[in-house]
Amino acid sequence: MSSRRIRVLIAKPGLDGHDRGARVIARALRDAGMEVIYTGLHQTPEQIVEAAIQEDVDVVGLSILSGAHMTLIPMVTQLLRERGAGDITVIAGGIIPEKDVKALKEGGWAKEIFTPGTPLDDIVEWIRNHVKV
Amino acid sequence: MHELVKKLLAGDRRSAARLISIMENNAPEKEELLAQIYPFTGRAHVVGLTGSPGAGKSSLADALTREIRAEGQKVGIIAVDPTSPFTGGALLGDRIRMQEHATDPGVFIRSMGTRGSLGGLAQATRDAIRVLDAFGCQVILVETVGVGQSELDIMYHADTTLVVLTPHAGDHVQVIKAGIMEIADIFVINKADLGGVVQMATSIESMLDLSPRLNGWRPPVLSTVAHEHRGIRELWEAIKRHRACRRDNGAAREREKAHRELLDLVRRQLEELVARHLNARCGLVEQVATRQKDPYTAAREIMAGLLAVGEKAQLAKFARGKEE
Ligand code: B12
Ligand SMILES: Nc1nc2c(ncn2[C@@H]2O[C@H](COP(=O)(O)OP(=O)(O)O)[C@@H](O)[C@H]2O)c(=O)[nH]1
Ligand SMILES: [Mg+2]
Repeated sequence: MSSRRIRVLIAKPGLDGHDRGARVIARALRDAGMEVIYTGLHQTPEQIVEAAIQEDVDVVGLSILSGAHMTLIPMVTQLLRERGAGDITVIAGGIIPEKDVKALKEGGWAKEIFTPGTPLDDIVEWIRNHVKV
Repeated sequence: MHELVKKLLAGDRRSAARLISIMENNAPEKEELLAQIYPFTGRAHVVGLTGSPGAGKSSLADALTREIRAEGQKVGIIAVDPTSPFTGGALLGDRIRMQEHATDPGVFIRSMGTRGSLGGLAQATRDAIRVLDAFGCQVILVETVGVGQSELDIMYHADTTLVVLTPHAGDHVQVIKAGIMEIADIFVINKADLGGVVQMATSIESMLDLSPRLNGWRPPVLSTVAHEHRGIRELWEAIKRHRACRRDNGAAREREKAHRELLDLVRRQLEELVARHLNARCGLVEQVATRQKDPYTAAREIMAGLLAVGEKAQLAKFARGKEE
């Protein structure tokens, strides 16, 4: 019997120490039946991309509240493409202003971005709808 | 040869990761791919780490990896965490302690959830080990959940099993209770910085005095402080000594492992077959439940039915063979 699970890497890139959101998301996705790999704070884009490849995840979720989203998100996405893993979906969350959300999505750097106040169920639904199992 | 297997053998990390997923998911193409991988396995030294959650298994795997990498050997790590039986989800956090090696091309780390399937984890772990073995990992560290059946299972996958303990009162009881004396090739008392090591070591040693020795190997009792890298070189040396000792009776052990796995696989397939058969004959279940028939007679009838199905299949195959 086949038993595929949605696998998600939740990562905190850069020097940002706000990890509440990342933990809340990790738990919510686990409770929704997904396998969540959490790698802790202070990850470099290199580390995130390597973990995503080795863990064969469907989704990389970046949590950024430091304001460095305009550099970190494109770096991760670009590196995934260079390693032949551009098919992995990149999403993000945290303190990200509306105009940056627009720019990141239009530039193709992130598929979706979830800012504070997003109900957890919406995030779970979005992932279920965008990952084919 | 399948493209994924070709790339695996050429050292492509993405393909290794994909193949492990296929094994884990029990995907339809699994058996065919495994058949292609199998000839390239059997080279790695598999080291199992078991012990209670929080004992320091992940930290030790990380520290050992540094030691092994210093010798230039390629390392694979498989870290297993529990899957929630209610939601089927899992939070896999062992990598947090292994970030030092995250970008080292000589290290491949994979987290797995137990996925709650009886015996299934054992098989998925075994097959994931094979993928990393064919990938060229010379040492493969396997971290178990540390509770229940997984603790016993690891003994049959690993060439060397480390039982990780901490010098707390509770662990003394655990040593005796879990029948862990039979599992351990090496005892590791981690968190030696917390004190109490001597008492712990003494109680293990006195139990070892009473245990029969397997092939002349008496499990050493070592102490470590994983996050300070203390005692790690000695631990790696002990693992290598055990490997050398195991090599002397390697063929017998391989045969034992193969025997056990085959028994496992056939039993599981039979179970599925029996379950299906029983569903199809729910009338019998009903008769036993309402005391119209005793369970032994019913079981015998089911067996007879199964064997008849088997015979019919054999005959059909035989007949087909003649036509061809
Ligand atoms: C709590 C908090 C702290 C705590 C953090 C504790 C911890 N371990 O997390 C402490 C006190 C340590 C702290 C420190 C600092 N903080 Co602070 N902090 C906050 C605060 C008040 C709440 C953040 C929080 O935990 N929210 C709760 C979680 C659940 O929400 P969330 O993370 O936003 O997550 C939600 C969504 O964003 C989304 N999401 C988030 N991540 C992800 C990931 C994925 C994959 C997905 C799908 C969704 C998703 O889903 C979540 C649920 O809806 C915010 C203000 C605010 N209202 O947001 C400031 C805030 C983030 N902090 C700020 C600052 C400046 C700091 C400091 C630099 C202050 C200083 N000068 O020392 C330090 C830096 C610490 C560090 N090392 O990085 C600023 C950041 C400004 C910016 N980015 O431009 C903020 C916005 C306050 C402000 N208005 O100025 N902080
Ligand atoms: N004091 C002390 N803490 C340790 C030692 N090794 C690991 N730890 C800590 O123990 C906790 C659990 O370690 P971890 O490796 O995750 O244990 P696991 O659950 O067995 O994998 C972590 O907070 C580690 O930092 C040690 O030798 N001494
Ligand atoms: Mg662990």
